[in-house]
Amino acid sequence: MAKRVGIEVSIAIAEAVKLAQAEVVAAYPITPQTHIVEHLSELVADGELDAEFIPVESEHAALSTCCGSVAAGARTYTATSSQGLMLMSEVLYVASGMRLPIVMTVANRALSAPISIWNDHQDIMTQRDCGWIQTFAENGQEAVDLTLHAFRVAEDRKVSLPMIVNIDGFTLSHVIEPIELPDQADVDRYLPPFKPKYKLDPKKPISMGPVGIPEVYTEARMAHDQAIKNAKRWIIKAWDEFEEVFGRRYNPVEEYRTEDAEIVLVTMGSISETAMTAVDKMRDEGKKVGLLKIRLWRPFPGPEFRKAAKGAKVLAVVDRTLAPGASSGPVGEELRTVFYKVPGAPKIFNFIAGLGGRDVTVERFEEMVDKAASYAKKRPKELYEVIGVREK
Amino acid sequence: MKEVRLHGRGGQGGVTSAELVAIAAIEEGKYAQAFPSFGPERRGAPVAAFIRVSDAPIRTREKVYHPDIVLVLDAALPQIVNVQAGMKDGGITILNSEMSEAEIREKFGLKGRLAIVDANKIAMEVLGLPITNTTMLGALLKATGIVGIEPLEAALEKRFGRLADKNKAALKRAYDETVITD
Repeated sequence: MAKRVGIEVSIAIAEAVKLAQAEVVAAYPITPQTHIVEHLSELVADGELDAEFIPVESEHAALSTCCGSVAAGARTYTATSSQGLMLMSEVLYVASGMRLPIVMTVANRALSAPISIWNDHQDIMTQRDCGWIQTFAENGQEAVDLTLHAFRVAEDRKVSLPMIVNIDGFTLSHVIEPIELPDQADVDRYLPPFKPKYKLDPKKPISMGPVGIPEVYTEARMAHDQAIKNAKRWIIKAWDEFEEVFGRRYNPVEEYRTEDAEIVLVTMGSISETAMTAVDKMRDEGKKVGLLKIRLWRPFPGPEFRKAAKGAKVLAVVDRTLAPGASSGPVGEELRTVFYKVPGAPKIFNFIAGLGGRDVTVERFEEMVDKAASYAKKRPKELYEVIGVREK
Repeated sequence: MKEVRLHGRGGQGGVTSAELVAIAAIEEGKYAQAFPSFGPERRGAPVAAFIRVSDAPIRTREKVYHPDIVLVLDAALPQIVNVQAGMKDGGITILNSEMSEAEIREKFGLKGRLAIVDANKIAMEVLGLPITNTTMLGALLKATGIVGIEPLEAALEKRFGRLADKNKAALKRAYDETVITD
């Protein structure tokens, strides 16, 4: 029987990795790390998880180790955050280019300087184009469920790509909340053993990751792009199967009170929960406001988003990163592209909020909706606006 | 939904207290959240932790800005931290102090309902340490009934193992000795 427990989200994710029966966990064990790998090291030491736990000297080494182990055919997991993800950067592209299905949790946090340990999406947005499949969790239950889903999708031979599950640092990673931990038998039913098409085997030697000369590099990159785009249907299918086994439904874009909504907030990650409360409040006041939550970030579900946003006149898109010198935040930019020259497209306004641990409160969401409503009447000078800036 | 803000100092176990309450509430079938104030943790510096307990799913990730309940682990903290900041009308402030109600109101300017217990004394006598986090949970139970005592004791047992009995005894004594005034 699945059991409902009060548990820290990081610990619950480690339990999900145990349920998935990961065979290798390689991680840099100290800051910026979460309790995820700490608990995994305990599970391995206590004999509860039959895996190799490899504590390494850096995140670069962690992900390099993961590349080797998954190439040898072992189910492989790691986790990191913030500056740790920066140090992995080079190897992120190696893992995806080599189609190595590693599963990683990223506890999203700000980047230095100034030094910050707090939550936003600046770390992961630097890796927007790293070629990994990426999902965002809104709460602890989703963090657990999306971890199991990630193994299912990444290792599927039709996909064979690494996958990042994003969870908000601290705002999710360090919170105790009720989570239903799935039953081992159900997980076993959902997640078949990892059987890669190709693996490193001394008895049957192959080469992996050779040089891509100019005659093949373009085609290799195109193949990667096609693979991640094609992955969308298998990502959705794995959510269909998840619902059959566990009873919880996930979609690339989640809708909340969007029926007849004229102004629609767009969020990713845990601020979506506060946004729902804000939408409820504004609905009670008679405002036609809804919410779209992006769960699947890469590959971006453009058609699904357009369908979900149908009827909306205005989108208030929240980015949790500031891209200095850019035309807008990455989510704002993405959606402007998705709606470019689409007849009847909503007007899109981009807000930057919740940087470096600043709370995005109900009042802030109300402010964004009010601003978007007024900008719809009178076009603002700038393409994005930072919300909640202290004036003194 | 009841919202609690807990004030302590780094190393006093405030975060653990918050976690135990949330785990107990979830065990009772309720919804709950517990989380620290996410600062750079330093032993001895003022820190805060937050708890929410509700009969319905909790849909917010804000910090607690308007607590129903404030729990202060360290007797000297009200001098340097405005522990009642943003408190809801009719809220209760639960303090570890050896002072009388009148002295506390006079010295710290605290208003509204207060619940007072000398947790340092209890902790020293029962645990042999001036660590008041589990002791103060007894005061929280007495003053608010936010969770039942059995699930909280179960959570204590799971967390503290062989040390649980002493912590339970300290909690029970604080429950009996807490004085609530309007």
